[in-house]
Amino acid sequence: MKNPYIPYPVRISKTLVETEDKQLKSFWLDFINPDDAKGFEYTPGQFAELSVCGFGEVPIGIASSPTEGDTLLFTVNKVGHVTRKLHNMAEGDIMGVRGPLGNSYPLKEMEGKNVVIVAGGFAVTTLRATVTWILHPDNRDKYGKIDFIYGARTPGLLLYEDQWSEWQKRDDIDCHVTIDRAVDGWNGLVGFVPTICEQVAPKPDNAVALICGPPVMIRFTQPVFDKLGWQPEQIVMSLENRMKCGIGICGRCNVGPEYVCKDGPVFTKAQLDKLPAEY
Amino acid sequence: MTDKILSKDQVAAFIDSLKKEYQVFAPTEENGKIIWAEANSADGLLWEFSNTTMSPKDFFFPQSECMARFKNDPKAEGGMIMHPEPELERSRVLMNIRPCDAKAFQLLDRIFIQDEVTNDVYWRDKRDKAILVGLACNNPCPTCFCTSVGCGPHHEAGLDILLVDLGDSLLVKPISDKGKALIDDLPDAKKVDKDKAAQLKKTSEASITSGVTMDNVNKRTVLELFDLPYWDRVSESCLNCGTCTFCCPTCHCFDIQDEVKGTDGRRVRNWDTCMSWLFTVHGTGHNPRPTKKERVRQRFMHKFKYIPEKREGEIGCVGCGRCVQLCPVNIDVREVVNQMNA
Amino acid sequence: MENQAVTERIREVAKRLLSDGKVSCVIGFEKGTVPMRERPYFAYTPEEADKLIWTSFCCNNLANFLIRRDLGEAGKIAIVAQGCVSRNIVGLIKENQITREQVFVIGVPSPGMLDRNKIQQMIGANKVITEVMEDGAELVVKGRDLEERIPRKKVMRNNCYTCVQRNPVIVDELIGEETAPTHGGNIDNVAAPWEKLSIDKSWEAFADNYKDCIRCYACRDACPLCYCHVCFVDETMPQWCGKTQDEADVATYHILRAFHCAGRCTDCGACESACPMDIKVRRLTSKIEKDIRRMYDYTPGMDLESIPPMSVFKPDDPQEFIK
Repeated sequence: MKNPYIPYPVRISKTLVETEDKQLKSFWLDFINPDDAKGFEYTPGQFAELSVCGFGEVPIGIASSPTEGDTLLFTVNKVGHVTRKLHNMAEGDIMGVRGPLGNSYPLKEMEGKNVVIVAGGFAVTTLRATVTWILHPDNRDKYGKIDFIYGARTPGLLLYEDQWSEWQKRDDIDCHVTIDRAVDGWNGLVGFVPTICEQVAPKPDNAVALICGPPVMIRFTQPVFDKLGWQPEQIVMSLENRMKCGIGICGRCNVGPEYVCKDGPVFTKAQLDKLPAEY
Repeated sequence: MTDKILSKDQVAAFIDSLKKEYQVFAPTEENGKIIWAEANSADGLLWEFSNTTMSPKDFFFPQSECMARFKNDPKAEGGMIMHPEPELERSRVLMNIRPCDAKAFQLLDRIFIQDEVTNDVYWRDKRDKAILVGLACNNPCPTCFCTSVGCGPHHEAGLDILLVDLGDSLLVKPISDKGKALIDDLPDAKKVDKDKAAQLKKTSEASITSGVTMDNVNKRTVLELFDLPYWDRVSESCLNCGTCTFCCPTCHCFDIQDEVKGTDGRRVRNWDTCMSWLFTVHGTGHNPRPTKKERVRQRFMHKFKYIPEKREGEIGCVGCGRCVQLCPVNIDVREVVNQMNA
Repeated sequence: MENQAVTERIREVAKRLLSDGKVSCVIGFEKGTVPMRERPYFAYTPEEADKLIWTSFCCNNLANFLIRRDLGEAGKIAIVAQGCVSRNIVGLIKENQITREQVFVIGVPSPGMLDRNKIQQMIGANKVITEVMEDGAELVVKGRDLEERIPRKKVMRNNCYTCVQRNPVIVDELIGEETAPTHGGNIDNVAAPWEKLSIDKSWEAFADNYKDCIRCYACRDACPLCYCHVCFVDETMPQWCGKTQDEADVATYHILRAFHCAGRCTDCGACESACPMDIKVRRLTSKIEKDIRRMYDYTPGMDLESIPPMSVFKPDDPQEFIK
């Protein structure tokens, strides 16, 4: 019987400070026992508990896509006890990964539909995984038009430039990357995410929107989609709450009867409308 | 399965036979408190008591439990890798456990063990290695309300054996196969014994007069109950201490902490409480349950709405009344639920 | 004055204050649903004031509920307070948590509150008590097949025997008449019971005292001194205190909490009344308060003027560590 609390040992193979404020750092992790990689079957939208012995665990969305191989990518915001320690860890260090945990984006249900992906700030992580997954040759044909709308305050706060600059060159995805205010050297879009959504004006017909971002972005993006005629069932969001066990027992992450760690983190707007907003 | 009879002067021998294979525990009195302790003989066994101050959940879900250990040395061979703690060595019998507490474990089984991923091996190991010998309540407390939450003073759910105190002897009801195997050698109960037990059950059930009504709670949506103005009032006197959650047989929330001492490191889980501000606060400082109102609401909603929603109507409370007795400001769950239902 | 008479007077005053709009709320007690436990009650209307009661089982320290409270439109709330509670109100005023103008003190001389655990133990831990009535110097304890009379003096809370101020120190309206200020006990004779023991023995006694602690923090949460937004036991960066049941973690919590109360504790006993495990929390705090009395000649909360010793700095402080 598998012990769900014991993390797989992994080694940090690469790190990268992602943002100019140095708050976000990416970690590429390799399983120490290659067999563990087989046990770690995941789908974009899921998360894992990153474990640092002596410090504890922290739930982080998986930013890599299984289509990229066995190496896992996590981008971690430096806020608490565990994440501070993580930011001080280096290539070659040993840590643990426990998961994959939670549900995922409804990739199956999204087949045959147009997909609008809206990301604000560092909430882009699991959406990076999703876009990567969808753009993979094995999967791309299953989906219609893809719009990727991604914003941050400044160019230096945008994550994964290598990826989205590649996506911008492709013709099977419309990539709208924006910053809040114009700065020298930025030739891309300027404006808040909700404004860009208004301009892109994605049509609700036969479409699904995945929206992740800070509460203020969600608050102003929602009315844009409402005005365009989107229904709550078509809008998919991912929640965050404090977690410990990650498997629906320890009790702190629940939103009404739903455990964010187990029943989520992905919910439709229609589901959330019926739940208390305790997130 | 046939009901058996055990005379009280044979209880010592019965415990001796159990001790060959099991560690035996039972409620006893110590320093003016009713507590769980190892029962090496029939001495100290109680036949008349309401219940232990704390629920016996600690046997399966200890307040502090080491889950895994690691060598706290990144340079050492095999350092910084978690290894699970060994399993429980000896199986245990919990003797004279009250039916409400046994029912609570049956509910918790559904929470700790849900599927392949949500499979709490620590809980499971200790549950698999336990026999629950219940003692029916013939004299329930005024704070007992088990009969209104799907349980009862002679309830059998979750037990392996139920004992009914007939005075000089005990009616021994086998409930599970595990339980039956332990009492096969005892003499069969006579009809008069069984009749007496049935009568005691009836009297006992009838003596429980307080309870909760759930019909409207069941009908109302999560949001309707969540938005009741009543929560402001009920939370007003709450101290936000953890008494109700820690004494509760069904509260199961926990925290996980790492600890190191030199090169020894361990990962420990500790009971946690939804009454605590820290319980839900995010690393960013944002707290989805920022005041005691949200935290008090969570506890009652969890037991009486969220768990029933998720578990086919099963209520997350067994009516043991511990929280009613121990709450320092006497927040009475029966009143709260009846207000939710009003 | 008998409890019933006090109850009626409290209701009378509360109704008047509420109907005159002098206060937005009266904090008092109502009858509990279990014997020997009355509970805090918040009356917002004259009708609600009829629920207020007064018995010797009003064991919570109501000053606790003044902290970070919405004062309502009247900008003022009334609170039922005996000696210790009034001293905690003074403490809160001195520590700038509330102002004197924000509270209306309905003062009640303390009868000496009763210890439910002592009564239970006297009757028998396995007995079910269904009702306890006060009858002058005696209590009538009723239960299934039992009715016993016990002298109330035998089952008072420990802190009440050695109370130094039964009468409220600040009052806006007094219920009844002032009573003898003490119950006759001398706190210095019983405080710090481990002081006389050898270090080993005193550690043993200390460990034994807290061995049943479940870390519910009821002692902290029932205490009107503990109003920090984030308590040190809840701090995470850094985490000062471990979370387990290990002796060291439990002891750290209790020792640090006790020190945080130094020079502030009024010995109201709310911590012990709240403890679900009947732990004698005061054995530790009483040592610290005894030291404060000895070293600073200070008793907390007795008046609005004196300066709490732990919150002053003097350039000529005789001790080296502060310089």
